[in-house]
Amino acid sequence: MGYLPHTADQVEAMLNAIGVRTIDDLFSGIPSTARLNRSLHLPASLAEMDLSALVASIGRGNRSASDLVCFLGGGAYDHFVPAVVDALAGRSEFVTAYTPYQAEASQGSLQAFFEFQTLICQLSGLEVTNSSLYEGSSAVAEAVMMALAVGGRNGPVLMSPHAHPHHISVTRTYLANLGTSVETLAASSDRLDLASLASRINDQTPCVVVQHPNVLGNLEEVDEISRICKEKGVLFIVSYNPVSLGILKRPGDYGADIAVAEGQSLGSPLAFGGPYLGLLSCRGEHLRKIPGRLVGQTVDRHGKRCWVLALQTREQHIRREKATSNICTNQGLYALRAAIHLAALGPVGLRETALMCLERARETAAAIRRAGAGEPLDGAPWFNEFVVRLPDTGPVAERVVEAMAERGFLAGFPLGRWYPGRERDLLVAVTERRTPVEIDAFAAALAAVVKSG
Amino acid sequence: MNPSDLRYAKTHEWVRADGDECVIGLTRFAVDQLTDVTYIQLPAVGKKVKAGDGLGEIESVKAVSDIYAPVTGKVMAVNTDLSRDPGLVSRDPYGAGWLVRLRVEGAVESGHLMDARAYEAQVSETPH
Amino acid sequence: MNKNQSTGLLFELSRAGRRCHQIDGVLRNDASHAIPQRFLADAPVPLPELGELDIVRHYTNLSSRNMAIDTHFYPLGSCTMKYNPKRHERMVSDHHFADLHPLQPASTCQGMLSVLHEMEMMLAEIAGLHACSLQPSAGAQGELTALLVAAAYFRHRGEHRTKVLIPDSAHGTNPASAVLAGFEAVTVKSTPDGMVDIEDFTRKLDDSIAVFMITNPNTLGLFEGQITRIADMVHARGGLVYLDGANMNAILGIARPGDFGADMMHYNVHKTFTGPHGAGGPGSGPIAVRSMLEPFLPVPRVVKRDGHYILADERPLSIGRVRSFHGNIGVLLRGYFYIRTLGPEGLANVSRHAVLNARYLRSLLLGKLDMAGSDNCLHEFVASLKNLRRERRVSAMDVAKRLLDYGYHAPTVYFPLVVPEALMMEPTETEGPETLEAFAETLIKILGEDPEMLRTAPHTLSISRPDEVKATKEPVLRWIAG
Repeated sequence: MGYLPHTADQVEAMLNAIGVRTIDDLFSGIPSTARLNRSLHLPASLAEMDLSALVASIGRGNRSASDLVCFLGGGAYDHFVPAVVDALAGRSEFVTAYTPYQAEASQGSLQAFFEFQTLICQLSGLEVTNSSLYEGSSAVAEAVMMALAVGGRNGPVLMSPHAHPHHISVTRTYLANLGTSVETLAASSDRLDLASLASRINDQTPCVVVQHPNVLGNLEEVDEISRICKEKGVLFIVSYNPVSLGILKRPGDYGADIAVAEGQSLGSPLAFGGPYLGLLSCRGEHLRKIPGRLVGQTVDRHGKRCWVLALQTREQHIRREKATSNICTNQGLYALRAAIHLAALGPVGLRETALMCLERARETAAAIRRAGAGEPLDGAPWFNEFVVRLPDTGPVAERVVEAMAERGFLAGFPLGRWYPGRERDLLVAVTERRTPVEIDAFAAALAAVVKSG
Repeated sequence: MNPSDLRYAKTHEWVRADGDECVIGLTRFAVDQLTDVTYIQLPAVGKKVKAGDGLGEIESVKAVSDIYAPVTGKVMAVNTDLSRDPGLVSRDPYGAGWLVRLRVEGAVESGHLMDARAYEAQVSETPH
Repeated sequence: MNKNQSTGLLFELSRAGRRCHQIDGVLRNDASHAIPQRFLADAPVPLPELGELDIVRHYTNLSSRNMAIDTHFYPLGSCTMKYNPKRHERMVSDHHFADLHPLQPASTCQGMLSVLHEMEMMLAEIAGLHACSLQPSAGAQGELTALLVAAAYFRHRGEHRTKVLIPDSAHGTNPASAVLAGFEAVTVKSTPDGMVDIEDFTRKLDDSIAVFMITNPNTLGLFEGQITRIADMVHARGGLVYLDGANMNAILGIARPGDFGADMMHYNVHKTFTGPHGAGGPGSGPIAVRSMLEPFLPVPRVVKRDGHYILADERPLSIGRVRSFHGNIGVLLRGYFYIRTLGPEGLANVSRHAVLNARYLRSLLLGKLDMAGSDNCLHEFVASLKNLRRERRVSAMDVAKRLLDYGYHAPTVYFPLVVPEALMMEPTETEGPETLEAFAETLIKILGEDPEMLRTAPHTLSISRPDEVKATKEPVLRWIAG
């Protein structure tokens, strides 16, 4: 195995042509002290049929969002993906191509990435979008490093306390040795406290990072935050939910300087957390500092419109130790999926999806309240994710989630894992896929579990 | 030919003294090494630079080179035409393609700068 | 490739009112009952409006404008463009894997966690190292992660080390990652074979060096003969050796980085273990480390406790998270399927045949092309066209472009930077000799073709020689109406 086409005769003839006796002779450049003189300790090889059976049996050790009805979000969402996304992005001319370095042999992918950049500009309301980053959290970290390079300020980065905890943690990791740090801002009623925001910004603050809707599902006062940032001369970075823009104002509309997002909602399967894609857009004036790959339009020698990798002097393979980012790939295939997904939805489909999420989420909150399963917190406006405060008398959220899995539901995320002290708060997400029947069954099961003590 | 009234740095910048200010540009040799200049990044007006510090960057499609300050001073003006038309630096490196104007601190005639002849001698030793 | 279909952009195909995906049952076409007006958009997002067939035909036509492994021989050096097995695609799309939510309770995803745990152990064994993190999303992030681990390790030991040594032939991500991890990148010279210049290395190696990064086999496809001595020298100064695993396809089961002195390394699962490249990603860049570095690995870690797998977050010395959730799982699963398909002997055979193919192709071209580096290449080799350039004013890029006309993807051009007019070829193990022979014959024929024709190649594709200066000088990075 090894997908080797060589026949024994061919190997013999090739060795003769090279002028060695055995394949092992080809490795004479590796000193014997560096050689492994035993076989690797790995499981034995498996034929396709046997491996398929093994993998199927391992798979049965998982219960997926297709087995369990999914009310779990927290940064990854169970949205419907139209079949055209799989069918087209699965074409092997896209799947098995490399980075489009040879433009003439890669116009398909290059044009698709140019269209992706345009679609994400349309979505975010900003002027420049790169052809994608790894995923949402490192996209936030890249945006922060970009802000440091743009502004030349090196004070602590201010982050909303309800930015996704992974966004905050990854940004801290990226900045660990760069002479700056991350400080989280104060909250009130599970939203950013505006009064303290203004007082925390000083002339060395490079940027303010806000997630909207925030990780608890609440909408932040982005118009006001943007105004404060402008007034103080700091860059405003927003992390948005792409689907929410079917109804909410776009980052460019409310004055964000850099907008980033976890792009999973746009056609990526849940896949236990990846691959996904990070979206990053910015205002035109920051073009020279944007990280990652950019595809640009130009003409060929006959004057025909075509696409190439552009502005590569920003990138590590040219700038080496002076590059502001070390990223060297985009998430090509997932950017393609996101583009096809947005093309399939169109403006009306995106709006319908967002409205359906909104409506089903409200039906879910109402059903939970009606069933006496807990109290949905609604001190602030929210989109499709909300916190349910479970009764003091019942089990903590961690236990509720386990018990709900037994009853056929991914019930949500136990917030105590991220916010110690909130052991009785359950974060519930509702997408357009949830039906009224599923919602009623969910509320009834939740009520039964919380009352079971 | 490099004008004889200018002083030259080893890193291919020229300096034209003008009272207590000076104009800085890139030599013909330097710009010829970079085919098709696409972008020139220059410092903000008011910035103070030390001789030998980075003053900016010049880019072609697949290369970036640093531009160094040949003398110490404060940036008084930058050539804003270059942002619209970076090719100016190649077409007229000693004239319309100038980069920045500095107010000098200390004498321009500091030891590390060369006259045209010495600079040409250095260039002729550089492998092309 | 058909070159006659439309290349109209999605936005140009758009017709107001046309629909594809639809959601029925929205009760109120208005969100203002639930959300205050100040948050709401004034108008729908200005996306294109397309029918389903518009979309299908558009992307199907676009796909025909790509060269890919499934359609063409793709000897792109340093990229390991081997065949990507179809069985992986089917298994990875099983809903028991594809529809697993990253935050669901561990009790509901024991199968997945067991695979990840086993994958970590297999990658550690292949590396000859002790522990592995599957988190990094790509090779470049693997480098950064490992260097952050190194920084945390030295900080914990109270050692102040500020520099990372990197050979000048290294990939650009190496110095970029070093700087992002807070180190100064110091360049070490290479010999014409791409080996470490020991004299320069010795001069620069001192107690301020945290890590020496080395790509081995190197970018010329040669094994660094002095690697154990170099590693000993770094260790004697208290530094760590990092192996860039870009070229692991040459040494699977033959030599292990941990055995020849590396303390940490990254893999490119998308190269060595066949996660498809997807026109630029996703990748996956797991890192393997020696045991003393294990406490510093990013969270979460997959651990087995009382016969049960969990994702552990509480690791006080960890550098923290490097990404959302737990890694590019889809790519890692394909790597897992690949290793399980091949087994120990199959993996070693991959490297044996990758080297056999590279050496055979090199032997077919020897005498016709000038080679950079010695005869002892492993899985790839580099030719230099500097004489062709001098004598006929034909560049490596011209030859690369002309190969496209003959139905071959071009080799890597202009890398490594230390070789003038470089043409870097990596055939991989999955090609048979007949493909290599036909390719060599074509390449030799091209060398004798009319220089002017080569300078304007390709002549048979949908476009030829895009104006890159224009693309960079007057950047157009999105379509704008009108």
